[in-house]
Amino acid sequence: MDFRLTPEQESFRNEVRAWVKQNLPKEWTSRVISGPDVPRVEAYKFLREWQKRLFDAGFIGLTWPKEYGGRGLTFMEEFILHEEMALAKAPPVLNILGIAMAGPTIIAYGTEEQKKRYLAKILSCEEIWCQGYSEPNAGSDLASLQTRAVRDRDHFVVNGQKVWTSIAQAADWMMLLARTDPDVSKHKGITYFLLDMHSPGVSVRPLRQITGDAEFNEVFFENVRVPAENVLGGVNNGWQVGITTLMYERLALGFGLQVRLRIALDALVGLAQRTKTNGDVASKDPLVRQKLAQLWIDTEAFKYTGARAITKLLKGELPGAEASTGKIWWCETHQRLQDIAMEVQGPYHQLMAGTEWAVDQGLWQYTFLRSRANSVEGGTTEIQKNIIGERVLGLPKG
Amino acid sequence: MDFGFNQEQEMLRATARKFFENECPSTFVRKMMDEPAGVTPDFWQKLAEQGWLGLIYPEAFGGVGLGFVDLTVLMEEMGRAVMPGPYFSTVLLGGLAIQEAGSESQKKEWLTKISGGSAKATLAWTEPGARWDAAGVTLQAREARGGFTLSGTKLFVHDAHTADALVVVARTANGASPEDGVSLFLLPRDAKGMEVKLLPTMDQTRKLCEVTLKDVSVGADALVGEKGKGWRPLARVVDRATVALCAEMCGGAQKILDMTTEYAKIRVAFGKPIGSYQGVKHRAADMLVDVENAKSITYYAAWAVDEQVAEAPLAASMAKAYVSDAYRKVAAAGIQLHGGIGFTWEHDLHLYFKRAKGSEFTFGDATYHRERVAQLINL
Repeated sequence: MDFRLTPEQESFRNEVRAWVKQNLPKEWTSRVISGPDVPRVEAYKFLREWQKRLFDAGFIGLTWPKEYGGRGLTFMEEFILHEEMALAKAPPVLNILGIAMAGPTIIAYGTEEQKKRYLAKILSCEEIWCQGYSEPNAGSDLASLQTRAVRDRDHFVVNGQKVWTSIAQAADWMMLLARTDPDVSKHKGITYFLLDMHSPGVSVRPLRQITGDAEFNEVFFENVRVPAENVLGGVNNGWQVGITTLMYERLALGFGLQVRLRIALDALVGLAQRTKTNGDVASKDPLVRQKLAQLWIDTEAFKYTGARAITKLLKGELPGAEASTGKIWWCETHQRLQDIAMEVQGPYHQLMAGTEWAVDQGLWQYTFLRSRANSVEGGTTEIQKNIIGERVLGLPKG
Repeated sequence: MDFGFNQEQEMLRATARKFFENECPSTFVRKMMDEPAGVTPDFWQKLAEQGWLGLIYPEAFGGVGLGFVDLTVLMEEMGRAVMPGPYFSTVLLGGLAIQEAGSESQKKEWLTKISGGSAKATLAWTEPGARWDAAGVTLQAREARGGFTLSGTKLFVHDAHTADALVVVARTANGASPEDGVSLFLLPRDAKGMEVKLLPTMDQTRKLCEVTLKDVSVGADALVGEKGKGWRPLARVVDRATVALCAEMCGGAQKILDMTTEYAKIRVAFGKPIGSYQGVKHRAADMLVDVENAKSITYYAAWAVDEQVAEAPLAASMAKAYVSDAYRKVAAAGIQLHGGIGFTWEHDLHLYFKRAKGSEFTFGDATYHRERVAQLINL
């Protein structure tokens, strides 16, 4: 066990640090204080530019193979990169679903043509990806999805609906799970498609959330024709394709979550140190101190638990129990952080952007509300606990 | 950067697991609970033969010269076996204090004896005031006739009744800050005027004593380290012992999780194993989250104290705050998920539950350490 960087890792870190200093505009750091990795709609434009800069500098797709635009480095460099991004309070990466989900899945299951066609453009943010998994009647019970894809010679014709589709309004491509065989058991008749969001018959309708933003969408498919060559990993093999890369995705997404949590915590500590409650700053209140210290500890625990999983991966072992706990822990910690941010603000917590009385231009009010989705999106906490109970602890299915 | 254990450490874990399964089953633990000494000479000698009594001491003093990360592995396994006896007090309190602050001759004598199994030691630090900071040290040591006279009471002293040597934390002066004027003294258990009383404790696997000193005279050579400057080495000892304790707690928590999941797979209610019900499954998942995070933060702290990086005190406090809560919660969940059987004396769960409670308040509970974290991050 050694938490020190090797000389090579050190020089990589310095490379990142120097570059960020030169290339991250100050005004960009204050615009996104926390929240999940999926950014706000109003931020898409500058985030596209941010990802492009990162890509040009070689900091996107660190672990991807060189021939597809990556750098062929390890998760350890990815870990270091994200540590630096947290220190610099960098904004999130816009095409995160492409980078963390679509890309690794295409690398694992794609044909050579598919890899050449899609991967580099994911990294450069030329093509943005969204995820077409959830449906109105298939959320936690994803395998009961009903969107149909029917073969028509060298095409599939897709009809149905997806929901809670983040970033769909900006997306060029979708990872689509659709039912291709309704006559077999529900996990067996699903196929994974790479769907062009600009195809005729695709319509996107924004869904307004409790934040007031419409970051999620409904996506409707009406006789959308998808070429058969856009099947990923074989017809009726979609469940396998969709879930086997989950482990890596959770790790990759976990990096981003770690960064966002750390940035939010630093911001909250700053807030507590300048916000007066009952005559003194909140950070001097013994109970607030207890809560902030616990958040600090929990944030560190999240980081080191992730780091243990990475080490196992690098040694060629499968991540163990430690890899499965991150999502639950992050939600729990981040939601608690946002609650405490409201507590520190006292009555000011009511004031939204639009009044000069609002704290930090009302950014906290958005992140507080947005955090409620954390324990629902990407697998509810309840489903995550089922997965841990059954796959890690070996408890019987209900 | 590497966040895992190496092959030798994994081997040590396997050896230790097997050793404790054979030598320290719960039948043995229960016998030792009723035994004032808390250990048998035979068992102690076997620990010495394994090299574990001197694991972290230099080879020059009969030790093995391994580091704190190695020790973490062993402590986890000891916690898993809820091992009784004065290992912790001897190796991590008395012995470590001598290693940290003692003279060459003190180290040579005592660390060699401890490593070989011929002597036990402990640290007499806390007092009836039950404070973990320097202001809690009030036992007086007055200079007299070229030596010192010690008077006062120490409480919650681990295994003082079986220790051959006690490192007593005393106040030789009231300085500008409470840290000034704290001194360490090495006393034999039969020192004239010192009385040791074994106390009845909830966790019977770990013995606590009251140590009363009435005008105990010692020579100047009883000083461990410099007069009046004992707090700094003591704080380092306590940070390291705290991390070792955290590792032991992690091992116990993992064992409870293992026992509980095994039980949830076989215990049938309403026609199904109880582990298939989400009420049980989700609580087991919560236990896993606690156990894994507890390990992560403890491993980091073990590395930090081993390397003596600047962040070591913060790492130790983060670990103790997290693990204190985690072990208590996991132990309570273990009893709950076992149902009535978990509440019986016959079942081993209560050994862990009580160890969790005792450890929670040893060297400061979560509340104490969270405040220390707050201070160390300049909140």
